[in-house]
Amino acid sequence: MKNTIAERIYDFLKNFPPFDVLEKEQLFKIASNVKVTYIEKDNFVFKQEENPHEHFYVVKDGAIGLFRNIDNEQILVDICDEGDIFGLRPLIQNDLYLMSAKANEESVLYAVSVEILKEIIETNHKVKKFLIASFSSNIKTPYAKGTNGQLFANIEMLQTSNSSFTEIQSAEFSKNPVTTLKTSTIKEAAKIMSEKRVGSILIVENKNPIGIITDKDLRQKIATGLFSIDENVTAIMSSPVKTFKQKITVAEAQIAMIKNKITHLCITIDGTNKTELIGVLSEHDIVVLHGNNPSLLIKKVYRAKDVNSLKYIREKTSNLLQGYMEQNIPITFISKIISEINEAITIKAIELSLEEMDKQPPVRFGWLALGSQGRKEQLLMTDQDNALVFEDVPPEKYQPTKQYFLQLAKKVTEKLNDVGFEYCPADMMASNPKWCLSLSEWKNQFDAWIRTPTEDAMMMCTIFFDYDLVYGDKKLVNEMSDSIYESINSFEIFLNFMGRNALRNPPPIGFFRQFLVEDDGKHKDQFDIKSRALMPLVDAARLLTLSHSIKDKNNTVSRFKKLIKAEPKNQDLYLSCIDSFNILLQFRTQQGLTNNDSGRYVDLNKLSKSEKLSLKGCFKPIRDVQDLLNIRYNLAQMM
Amino acid sequence: MIHFFKKKRFPKFWSTHIEKVQNSQKYANFEDIRFVALDTETTGFDYENDRILCIGAVAIKNNKILVSDAIEIYVKQDVFNKETVKIHGIRKDGNEVKFSEEEAIIKFIDYLDDAVIVAHHTAFDVNMINMALKRLKVGSLESKQLDTNYIHKKIAKTDTYKKIFSLEELCEIYNVKMHDRHTASGDALITAYLFLKQTAKYKKNNALNLFDLINTNYHLLK
Repeated sequence: MKNTIAERIYDFLKNFPPFDVLEKEQLFKIASNVKVTYIEKDNFVFKQEENPHEHFYVVKDGAIGLFRNIDNEQILVDICDEGDIFGLRPLIQNDLYLMSAKANEESVLYAVSVEILKEIIETNHKVKKFLIASFSSNIKTPYAKGTNGQLFANIEMLQTSNSSFTEIQSAEFSKNPVTTLKTSTIKEAAKIMSEKRVGSILIVENKNPIGIITDKDLRQKIATGLFSIDENVTAIMSSPVKTFKQKITVAEAQIAMIKNKITHLCITIDGTNKTELIGVLSEHDIVVLHGNNPSLLIKKVYRAKDVNSLKYIREKTSNLLQGYMEQNIPITFISKIISEINEAITIKAIELSLEEMDKQPPVRFGWLALGSQGRKEQLLMTDQDNALVFEDVPPEKYQPTKQYFLQLAKKVTEKLNDVGFEYCPADMMASNPKWCLSLSEWKNQFDAWIRTPTEDAMMMCTIFFDYDLVYGDKKLVNEMSDSIYESINSFEIFLNFMGRNALRNPPPIGFFRQFLVEDDGKHKDQFDIKSRALMPLVDAARLLTLSHSIKDKNNTVSRFKKLIKAEPKNQDLYLSCIDSFNILLQFRTQQGLTNNDSGRYVDLNKLSKSEKLSLKGCFKPIRDVQDLLNIRYNLAQMM
Repeated sequence: MIHFFKKKRFPKFWSTHIEKVQNSQKYANFEDIRFVALDTETTGFDYENDRILCIGAVAIKNNKILVSDAIEIYVKQDVFNKETVKIHGIRKDGNEVKFSEEEAIIKFIDYLDDAVIVAHHTAFDVNMINMALKRLKVGSLESKQLDTNYIHKKIAKTDTYKKIFSLEELCEIYNVKMHDRHTASGDALITAYLFLKQTAKYKKNNALNLFDLINTNYHLLK
C-alpha cells in the first residue's frame, strides 16, 4: 500500500549520512518505522547518565543542544540541527547517555529504532565502516562542521579504547586504592606504601577519603626531619582531597590537576568527599594513556633551565594544539590548556630573568599579560603584549627603580621572543618605558584615558583593560583595578565612548548577506575574521562587564557567562555570543595552523559552502549584541 | 441495546467497531490512548452527492507520531467532480491501487480500532465517512473525536470567539511546516504535528487527560 508519509521521511533522511549510503529498501524500512516527536524549547530529550532510549534521534526541524555537566556547570558541547544525529553511541555501546540533550528551540525529531539500524550494520559494510570511523575519530563539536565533513559529529563522546584520541575518554583509574586509617602513624603508612609498591596512600575515615600522602610528602616533610615518623598521618597529609565522579574524562582530569597543581584525584561514588572512595586517578595513569600531555609539558616548563628548553616546549605545544584541533576537542578545553602552558612559559621566562639580575627587585611588582594573552584566548603564536607595574617609591628612588624593571623587562621580552612570541610591532611591551610604570603612574594613565576618550585613548583601553597578572604582586594589581573602576564611575560617559569604539569594527556581512572583504592592501579580497567577527564580541563583552563593575574576568567567554548572571533577561543573546565566539576562535586557530600564520585573514575561495554557512551563523549574535550596545549607550546620537 | 443490534444483524466489522470503542480500557491514561489523525479528500463538499476519494491517517501514541501505523486508502469512483481534481490531484483512473467504497470503509474502520479521531474540521471528514457507512446500512462512527480547531480555541483563550481557523492559519500559529498540502496523508500528518504541539502546550498548565480534550469539542456535536 502507498505510504506517502514514509516517503516524505525517506526523502528527508536520504540527504544525510549515513542514510545516504543505505540501499533504497533499507532506508524505506527505517523511514516507515520512524516515530516523530515534538520537543518544546528547554525540554530535555534525555539527560546525562540516563539509561538509553530504544531510539536515536535525527533532527527534522529546530535545534537540540547537547550539554555535559562539568564542575557542576552545564557546558554546551554541540548543537544539532537539521539532519544531525544524536544519542546513537550509548545505544550501540549499551552505555548511559554521557550528555544531556535539550531543545534550544522547539524541535521536531525523528526517533529511529536502533534495532533496524543494527540489522543494517550487519549487512551494509559501508554503514558499518562509517560508524566505526566516526566513533573513533570524531567527537562532537559544531565547530568542526565542514572541516572534515563528519556526519556523526553528533555522536556522544567516544569511548572506544583503541582510539588514539584519549582526551574525551573516561579516564581509567586505579581501583582498590591503597588506604590507611587516620589513626595510623606515618611509619605504618610508609610501610604499607613500600609493601604495595605505590607512591601514594589515601587516608580514609568511614571509607570516605580525607587526605593523601605521597612520596613527595615523605621526602619533604619526613626525610628533612620536620616531622617524626611516629607522628600521626594527619600531621603531614594533604587535606582535603579533590574528589570526582567515575565518569571523569581525561581532559577534565588534566584540567583539574593543572588547576589545583595536584597529581592525584580521588574517585568517589557520587563525586564528593562524603562518599566511599572507589579509586585514585594519578597523573601517571594519564601519562600512560598518552605520552604528549599538557600537564607533562607544564612540568617540563617548571624544570626548564634555559630558553632553549622553553622554546622546545612551546613547539611541542603547537603540536599538541594541532592534534587537539584535528580531534575537534572543544575549543574551551583547548584554550584553557594552551593558556596555562603559555602562562607557565612566561612565568619561567621571568624567573630565569630574575636570576640573571644582580640583585632582587627593589620593590613589589606585577607582570601583566595584555590583549589576547590577558584574555587567555591566545592559541597561536602571536606577538607578545605585556606591561609592568611596580610599587610607588620616593621620587629620589624612582629612576633607579624604573631602570631596574626596564632591564628586567628587556630580558623577559627577549626570552619570550626567542621562545617564539615575537616582539610587538607597536612596542606594547613592558620593556617600553611608557608601559613600565609605577602604580600611581598607571592610575594616572588610566584616568587620563578615561577622562579624555580620544580615539587613541580608546584603542589603548581595549588593549590595556584586558590585563591579567602573570607574575608578581596581586594586591598591587587589585589596587590598579579599583582605581580604574573609580575613574569610570566618576566619568560615566566613558562607557558610551567605549560603546562607540566597540561598534567601530566593520560589519562582517553586507546587505545581500555576502561576506565583506578587505578592499585593498596586502589582504585584498580576504575576510578579516579578527576585526570583523572576533573583536566585536570581545569589545562588547569588555564594555558590558565594565558597566557592571565585574572584576577579575578578562576572558570573553567568562565575561559573557558573568553577564548572563547579571542580566538573566539577555541569557539567550549572551549564550549565542559564547557559541559564536568559540566557533570563530576555533576557526581562526584552524586557519592559522593550516596557513602557518596568525589566522586573521581568511581566503573565502578556499572555504567550503558549509564552512561559509557556519561562519555566517556566527554573525547574527554579533549584530544582535551590537544592536543592544547601540540602544543601551544611545550610540546612534554619537556616531 | 446489544440485543437490538444483534437482531438487526450488523456486518462483523461494524459490531466489532462498536464493541472495541465501548469496551476500550485505554481512555483513562493519556499515554495509552491511540489517536488517529486523519484527513479525507473528497469530490466536493456535498454530503449527499460527493464521495470520498482518499482517506489518509497516521497514529499518535504517547506524544509520538508512529509512521509505521499509517494508512492511505484510495476509493474507486462512480460519481466524479472534475473541478476538485485540480486541488487534490486524484484522477478518476489514477495509478493508485483503489478499493470499492465498501472495501475502503471496512479497511479504515478496521485500522481505526478503538482510536480517538483527531482531524481539522473533524465534522466534515466524519460526516463524509458516516454517509458512506449509511450506504452500507450501518450507523455512525462510534469513535471519540477531537478537532485541532477547537483545541486551539481552548488553548489560545483570546481567540475563542473569533472565526474558525483554517489549517494554514493554525500551521502559521504553531509553526508547522506545510508540504503535501491537499493530499489526505499530507494533511493528516500536518494535523498530527499540530496535535503534538497543541497537547504539549496544553500540558503546560493542565495535567492532560482525554476528558479535557473532549471538552474542547463544544461545537462538535456527535
